[in-house]
Amino acid sequence: MTGFQTLLYKEVLRFWKVSLQTLLAPLVSTLLYLLVFSHVMAGHTDIYPSITYAAFLVPGLVMMSMLQNAFANSSSSLVQSRVTGNLVFLLLTPLTPAEIFLGYVLASMLRGLLVGSVVCLTALSFFSLPFREPLWVAGFALLATFMSGALGVLAGLWAEKFDQMAAWQNFVILPLTFLSGAFYSLHSLPPVWAVVSRFNPFFYMTDGFRYGFLGHSDVPPLESLTIVAVTCLALSWGTMALLRCGWRLRT
Amino acid sequence: MSPAIRIQGVDKRFGSVHAVRSMDLEVNEGEFFALLGPNGAGKTTLINLLAGLSRPDAGHLFVQEFDVVRQYREARRRLGVVPQELVFDPFFTVRETLEIQSGYFGLPRNDDWIDELLMHLQLSDKAGTNMRALSGGMKRRVLVAQALVHRPPVIVLDEPTAGVDVELRQSLWKFIQKLNREGHTILLTTHYLEEVEALCERVAILKQGRLMALDTLKNLMSAHRAHRFEDVFIALMHNAGEQDVVA
Repeated sequence: MTGFQTLLYKEVLRFWKVSLQTLLAPLVSTLLYLLVFSHVMAGHTDIYPSITYAAFLVPGLVMMSMLQNAFANSSSSLVQSRVTGNLVFLLLTPLTPAEIFLGYVLASMLRGLLVGSVVCLTALSFFSLPFREPLWVAGFALLATFMSGALGVLAGLWAEKFDQMAAWQNFVILPLTFLSGAFYSLHSLPPVWAVVSRFNPFFYMTDGFRYGFLGHSDVPPLESLTIVAVTCLALSWGTMALLRCGWRLRT
Repeated sequence: MSPAIRIQGVDKRFGSVHAVRSMDLEVNEGEFFALLGPNGAGKTTLINLLAGLSRPDAGHLFVQEFDVVRQYREARRRLGVVPQELVFDPFFTVRETLEIQSGYFGLPRNDDWIDELLMHLQLSDKAGTNMRALSGGMKRRVLVAQALVHRPPVIVLDEPTAGVDVELRQSLWKFIQKLNREGHTILLTTHYLEEVEALCERVAILKQGRLMALDTLKNLMSAHRAHRFEDVFIALMHNAGEQDVVA
């Protein structure tokens, strides 16, 4: 294994060792959302023709769980290493900034995709769901977990304490994922909030991902894919630049 | 022969604190060298600069002629650092910790050397134990093993025996002396001057970021007409202004 592969293996091993917390707990909480909301909203007007609310909800919740878990993986690993001081063992190695970035991001993607897959498969045993465009599903799942993992690296570089990381979780990730259209369509929002939602990159991930399942979306999937891909590139470039200059890592 | 460590005109500030001032220093290949000084003298800052954990405001640092900033990959492959702080990753066992550290350096199949390190540091029976379950002394031994796992020719030990019992101290020095005999260069910082007298040939003494003295123990004691190295150290610490670099 190369240094990069070792970092990737270590990050995967880290979340695997605490899989009760990192894989099972998100599954339970997402399924609770699904069961409660699908029952409460049953009988209400369908958002898209001939698509039940539960079928509308499942892709949104799967995407939300992928985003939250991919972010949690890289961000918690970095902040824990920093607070306990063992990050020094990574900084002493010959790994390049790109290897460090990709090691953390790919492990985050794997956790996000694992949680998303298990949530999706479990939901399918309760609700029927079409699967119209598998490539769009895969593309948005990969890009979304990549972006969330990269955002986790950025947050992990910035946060020097656990409360600073909690601020990221509570004031950035949670609002962005809850207001990403997981529970509703953009068309059901007042015009002002519909416009505001268009500045949330998580909205495009959710909308595009849902298109892959239902064949319906609020904005054209290609537009969503372009916005998500450009955001991923910008975030990767910025985070890599910070890693290269040793921002908050090397004094 | 080119030096194992070369520090050229290095300057480092942290806000208003001038941690290292125009430092020039060389450590020869195969040397057992001590970097001494009171708390806040700049020893750990200098080690952090060498390890790439800090960046110099001016000057250059080299490990076996590789610039630690511009050629950091080559420099870090040649350097093993035992940090002063007792830090560990609570997710892994002792063996996993060492395998991961070895893997970072591109050495995945390093079991023989890891077993040898565990044996020399009396950790063999703790290989499968989680790091959280180890005593402070054992965690310190793992730190040493982590620094040595990629067989670096230059080893930096930042107060490795602080808070360590006598038995471990003796076994650790025995092992480090063996590595030194095999050709590894050792740079040591410690507050235990008797260790310096027993182990080191040459010392550098720092105070407030300045190099106060650089010479062999013998020459320094003779220049200060001292019978004990401790007397030389105390004399230099009370002589703030005077530069006493003999070279």
